[in-house]
Amino acid sequence: MSLDTTQAPPETGRGSPARLIHNGRLFALVLATIAGLFALQFVLSDYLVLAVTRILIMAVFAMGYNMLMGYTGLLSLGHAMFFGAGLYAAGLSSYYWGTSLPVSFLIGILASLAFSFVIGLLALRTQGVSFMIVTLMFAQAAYLATLYFSRVTGGDQGLTLPTDARSFSLFGAAMDMTSDTVRFNLALAIFAAVLVAMYFVTQGPLGRLFAAVRENEPRTQMLGFDTYRVRLAAFTISGTISGLAGALYGLVFGYIGSAFAGFHYSIEALLFTLVGGPGTLLGPLLGTAVMTMLIDRLSGITTAYLMIVGVILILVNRWFPKGILGTIRERALPWLK
Amino acid sequence: MDLAPYLLLAGLEGLVQASVLMLTALGLSLVFGVMRVVNVAHGEFFMAGALIAWACGAYIPGPPALGFIAGLLVAPLAVGALAWAADRTILQKIGYNPEGTIVSTIGMLYILQQGALLTFGPDARAVDAPFYYTIRTPWFGYSSYKLFTVAVAFALVAALWLLMRKSKVGLLMRATQFDRETALNFGIPVGKVYSAVFAIGAMMAAVAGVLVVPNQQAHYLMGTDPLLLSFVVVIVGGLGSIPGTIAAAVLIGLSDGLLSVFFSPTLAKIVSTLLVALVLIFKPEGLFTVKGRRA
Repeated sequence: MSLDTTQAPPETGRGSPARLIHNGRLFALVLATIAGLFALQFVLSDYLVLAVTRILIMAVFAMGYNMLMGYTGLLSLGHAMFFGAGLYAAGLSSYYWGTSLPVSFLIGILASLAFSFVIGLLALRTQGVSFMIVTLMFAQAAYLATLYFSRVTGGDQGLTLPTDARSFSLFGAAMDMTSDTVRFNLALAIFAAVLVAMYFVTQGPLGRLFAAVRENEPRTQMLGFDTYRVRLAAFTISGTISGLAGALYGLVFGYIGSAFAGFHYSIEALLFTLVGGPGTLLGPLLGTAVMTMLIDRLSGITTAYLMIVGVILILVNRWFPKGILGTIRERALPWLK
Repeated sequence: MDLAPYLLLAGLEGLVQASVLMLTALGLSLVFGVMRVVNVAHGEFFMAGALIAWACGAYIPGPPALGFIAGLLVAPLAVGALAWAADRTILQKIGYNPEGTIVSTIGMLYILQQGALLTFGPDARAVDAPFYYTIRTPWFGYSSYKLFTVAVAFALVAALWLLMRKSKVGLLMRATQFDRETALNFGIPVGKVYSAVFAIGAMMAAVAGVLVVPNQQAHYLMGTDPLLLSFVVVIVGGLGSIPGTIAAAVLIGLSDGLLSVFFSPTLAKIVSTLLVALVLIFKPEGLFTVKGRRA
């Protein structure tokens, strides 16, 4: 990620020289988090390492969602369509054309980039409630399309990727997707790359522009920015990261299915972001970890474990709208953004 | 092949679907029109109505008609009370802010759906029709109960129209819809009007659920399709407009029936969801925007 931060906008007005690291304490926290996550594999049991692998990938999805919802203030109810786009583009090319894993992954990212750009062009013509419903409807149509073309996609049953699509060689070393350690470290590497990239986007000039649109769009417009293009940039980055997470999920776990494009996955991204703290860099990771662990525990007790999703959505919304990290940021650590 | 019987059958089925859809969609439209609230849990109120109707039929002894009548009374009352309480304890407390409201109603959707799963289990429940009388056409027999649902639905819509146009309550609702601030200045208890509207909207969905359940089994996941189709109707027909909603319900109900018969139900749903999205994008006037206010 090479973001041109040397041309920091003069309106920062602090007279400070343009720096690459805009928020040193947060960057240190990011690096510490990555190091801590890396150390987990030496401490946790195999089962928990697998759980953390899934959390890392879902956290990438939530980070993509947070880009739009937290930083730009646009609430989408249909991000599962981008997760699904990445998942299907990567998984289907691997399944039908036998592309190698890195190539499939790249195809997944490019497909979700194109898809989110086109959907963004259309959906961003609306605002507020209409925007939420438009994203919901597009996502529903995309989900139904995966069912309608079930001869290709496998529909509800899904497709399991063949064994020869489960490994690739990286600089001569064989990477086997059935090994827990390989999966964990691969997921962590990509998570870390996305997190650092997100750091530079959100803490740099572009991130400030996103926040400006969130706080006061007419004023941003008045300052001479084309806010439609700003929102489109946020939407496309957000959709692409979500799609990247989908592609990673499909390839790492070797299974693609319609459920991943369904309404529930859109709501999971929303829930994770909301719980962790919208508009904070590490909020999505925290929210994903907390909620995944909670849902995991509850699903052992009752079949109706999704009820807790509903209860938490309502409670967080009413008493805790800034989420965990957002509240901490407000009370004690203003740099946590 | 003679096409007439097929068209007649598809037309009748479409009419039955359209009338139930009309009730459900009017509830959604009323809530959006007066409160500017998009209720994503609306389909779950429909589902709750259907399951309560099943419970009344199963636990009340005597002929099925008795259970049906009980369901027709109990379901809207119970669901209305639930919706009233939800408005008081949740929506009112967050000041009906658009994002917060939609997230909260998604929360309600999960709670109602999973609550139904806990209470009634995952099985589909069949309900006996209150009466069996088959109307003969030259080609096939048709259930008179289905035509009865059409009549009840239209009667209820007429009642709603009278309530909105001719009664004091309706006047308060329309005043609130027209201008909330001014209504408040004139001493209209806007908070109470909101709760009442949310409850009435939910009751309409519940009645639709009761009516539909002898034709279609009750199930905890049955709320999704009515919600989706109600969205289609409400957005295509124009929000808050009763005649527009009725016209759109008949149009969508019939065309969905025809599309489902001649193509596939999934394709019909894809077409209608895309229709909603494209209408909102390219023709939002009179649909989601009220003059001077951002919806």
